[in-house]
Amino acid sequence: MATAQAAIPRSAYKRSGLMEWLTTVDHKKIGVMYMIAAFVFFVLGGLLALLMRVELANPGKAVISADFYNQAFSMHGTTMIFLFVIPMFAGMGNYFIPLHIGARDMAFPRINALSFWLVVGGALIMYSSFLVGATEAGWTGYSPLANSIFSKSPGTDMWILGLVLIGTSSLLGAINFIVTILNMRTPGMTMTRMPLFGWSMLTTSLMILASTPVLTGALVMLLADRNFGTQFFTGPTSDPLMWQHMFWFYSHPAVYIMVLPAMGIVSEVLPVFSRKPIFGYKAIAFSSAAIGVLGFLVWAHHMFATGLSPVLQTFFMTATMIIAVPTGVKIFNWIATLWGGKLSFKTPLLFIFGFLSMFVIGGISGVFQAMVPVDLQLTDTYFVVAHIHYVLFGGSVFGIFSGLYYWTPKITGWMMNEKLGQLHFWLMMLGFNITFFPMHLLGLEGMPRRIYDYDPSRGWTAYNVIATIGAFLIAASVLVYIINFIVSRNQRVPAGDDPWEGNTLEWATSSPPPSYNFDKVLPVYSERPVRDARIAAQKAAAQKAAEQKSA
Amino acid sequence: MIWFQRKQICQALRVSIALVGIFAFALLSASPALAQPGTPPSPLDPKGPNSAAIATLFNTVLVIAVVVFVVVEGLIVFSAFRFRRRDNNEPKQIHGNTKFEIAWTLIPVLIVVTLFVLTVQTQQKLNTKSGDAINVKVIGHQWWWEFQYPDLGITTATDLVIPAGQVVNLDITAVDVIHSFWIPQLNGKTDAIPGRVNTSWLKADQPGTFVGQCAELCGPSHANMRLEVIAKDQADFDAWAANQTQNPAPATGDAAKGEQLFLGGACIGCHMINGTAANGKVGPNLTHVASRAYIAGGTLPNTAGNLKRWLANPPGIKPGSLMPNLNLSETDIDALTAYMQSLQ
Repeated sequence: MATAQAAIPRSAYKRSGLMEWLTTVDHKKIGVMYMIAAFVFFVLGGLLALLMRVELANPGKAVISADFYNQAFSMHGTTMIFLFVIPMFAGMGNYFIPLHIGARDMAFPRINALSFWLVVGGALIMYSSFLVGATEAGWTGYSPLANSIFSKSPGTDMWILGLVLIGTSSLLGAINFIVTILNMRTPGMTMTRMPLFGWSMLTTSLMILASTPVLTGALVMLLADRNFGTQFFTGPTSDPLMWQHMFWFYSHPAVYIMVLPAMGIVSEVLPVFSRKPIFGYKAIAFSSAAIGVLGFLVWAHHMFATGLSPVLQTFFMTATMIIAVPTGVKIFNWIATLWGGKLSFKTPLLFIFGFLSMFVIGGISGVFQAMVPVDLQLTDTYFVVAHIHYVLFGGSVFGIFSGLYYWTPKITGWMMNEKLGQLHFWLMMLGFNITFFPMHLLGLEGMPRRIYDYDPSRGWTAYNVIATIGAFLIAASVLVYIINFIVSRNQRVPAGDDPWEGNTLEWATSSPPPSYNFDKVLPVYSERPVRDARIAAQKAAAQKAAEQKSA
Repeated sequence: MIWFQRKQICQALRVSIALVGIFAFALLSASPALAQPGTPPSPLDPKGPNSAAIATLFNTVLVIAVVVFVVVEGLIVFSAFRFRRRDNNEPKQIHGNTKFEIAWTLIPVLIVVTLFVLTVQTQQKLNTKSGDAINVKVIGHQWWWEFQYPDLGITTATDLVIPAGQVVNLDITAVDVIHSFWIPQLNGKTDAIPGRVNTSWLKADQPGTFVGQCAELCGPSHANMRLEVIAKDQADFDAWAANQTQNPAPATGDAAKGEQLFLGGACIGCHMINGTAANGKVGPNLTHVASRAYIAGGTLPNTAGNLKRWLANPPGIKPGSLMPNLNLSETDIDALTAYMQSLQ
């Protein structure tokens, strides 16, 4: 710990307990708070989903009211996207981007703290709206349904205010990530030696920077429509489709904002657990960038049924199909990374296999919806619900759990229990498929989404009952994760600096890392500096042994 | 070559047996619900040319999708077994292979081009109408569908009666929020947007009833905004149209008492009955309400019992219903029901 006094960052000064957490500007503490808050909202959003599944298992009978059902799915979508997946990746990025690039902190530590507390503020505003009746207009908040005539509850205003705060937070976070990644890499770490998680966070941040202001603008206009008598989205001279264009201009890129970091985790975990370098580093990095650009050209594929002109339909269909190409490139590169490797099936790799196998299904079902005529049948049905969950649960959530199992030893200094981890994976994999696969079939049987009830004569009961059983299996798997965390915390099996024989710089410091991250940053000659150092050490040891023998 | 170890297989088997057991138990305890009958309105069970063209495209692409699925998942599962770690030596370090990477960029490109061509062909089919046509204006309301036949002078609700074998041109709009018009077995969705008119068309090959419901979230009773397309052969359709254009016969007996109540009460503020003073335009036109198969936005079969249930408490059946609970007495409900049932 021979760092010069003057060079110790502000974040290194210790305060006591609660005060330290409330006032910290340390990227690791902020990252941990992000992850804990995101997990809490994952559980809350999951409970809302369970309520919906219970309601749907019994046609004709009401467990919750129609009103509350609409509040539940509106807040479920909003929570999982804005309060779980995005903050979870913000947390992981916060903790690991500076460690990956050998930096001491994020570029703007105080803005970083502000970003986190804005999410907390936004979330509190949104969740307190349940006291007055939360928004019922769906997470999509389509106008005119979301205007003050059809959504009278102030819950919708609170939803808007919460989203504006969270949007501002992710905008600040994005700028912070971009500046950090571009300027604070340790000497030797060129852009093409940076961990791929960094590439995915960079692409994600650029997407947030370009898209979030449009959503924020639309939200402020909606707020004005609701409260100040403006007519941006409803009224004789306005067009309700304007909202949809602005909303999806953010919210389609948001899908990639939620998936790219998970893909970054895949690209980190795969090489470590297969003991091979990532296959086609540049192809993976550039396909992220391609997805980032193409992601902005597809938003109106959510609007094929709105009477879009045939020319626009064809344009958005083509762009949407083209996205399948860089996505396919990534999948094949990952499989090629596995190929000929030596796979160690610890929990992080299991969840990566979950990601790969489930995301493929989400990708394939997405191509169906790219085709305009087929989409006219599938849009707004349970097929779409199945598709988004194969992408965002099969993709993002499996990626998140892989990351959590992979990085918890670094964050806490102790290992997660392997047996419980495996049980968690298999329960979640089974529950996920039992819940969401039948939803494809429900969609193909004509069941629309967002309905709290249906007639038994429609013949949708069986698949709904199966899906509800699956949802409880998912809940059980999350419970296993929580139990695992508590058990592992009590067992405290020491992790050491580098429990997985990692490649990237976070494994070159202690677990947990000191507040200043590194005593000395390793020299970087490749994308796998820690492996380079490990091999160099092995060689040196071998040489020493040989010298001793000859002597 | 040992691809996987016995111990691991046993462990995996034990876990899977336990999980399958949990699932089987849950299924068994839910089995009464699973046995419930019903015929889903599946877009893959088409009853008209549009849905048939879309179903054909879907099934063709499904074949390609299954092949892609089997190949990719096969590779993933194969590598899980084949490349399991058995010793601690590093495998061969391969950083990439340009030839392979070009190949797996080009294969998806070829698939995408194929899909594009197939889709454009289907779109052309959907744009080709043949045969006689009638025009219907479809108007979405919270939470029921209104149908106007401008050439025939008919306005009705919930049941869309059409002649089988004819093209039905649809002008689709809404008065309040965005709805989406959808009859899965006849055609895909078209959004009903206030201030806009979207066009679509459908055709039923044979006489029959085809159910559908609103597909765009439109408020608390979104789930209760259903409709039926009733396709009749030409003679039946003509007879139906002739009856719809007549004013209803004068009410007698109990029904006459109901008519008095109706015309003297709040009902006429929202409902229209041709040939009477009832001239409201907010709710469904009730001129021939007794000729319809369903009431309450397609949620209740049109029977005396259901009419009474509806009149007693509309928001209790359709949450958020714009028709309030009018606190009608039982005798009033009986009289109004008799009147409604007389409007053949």
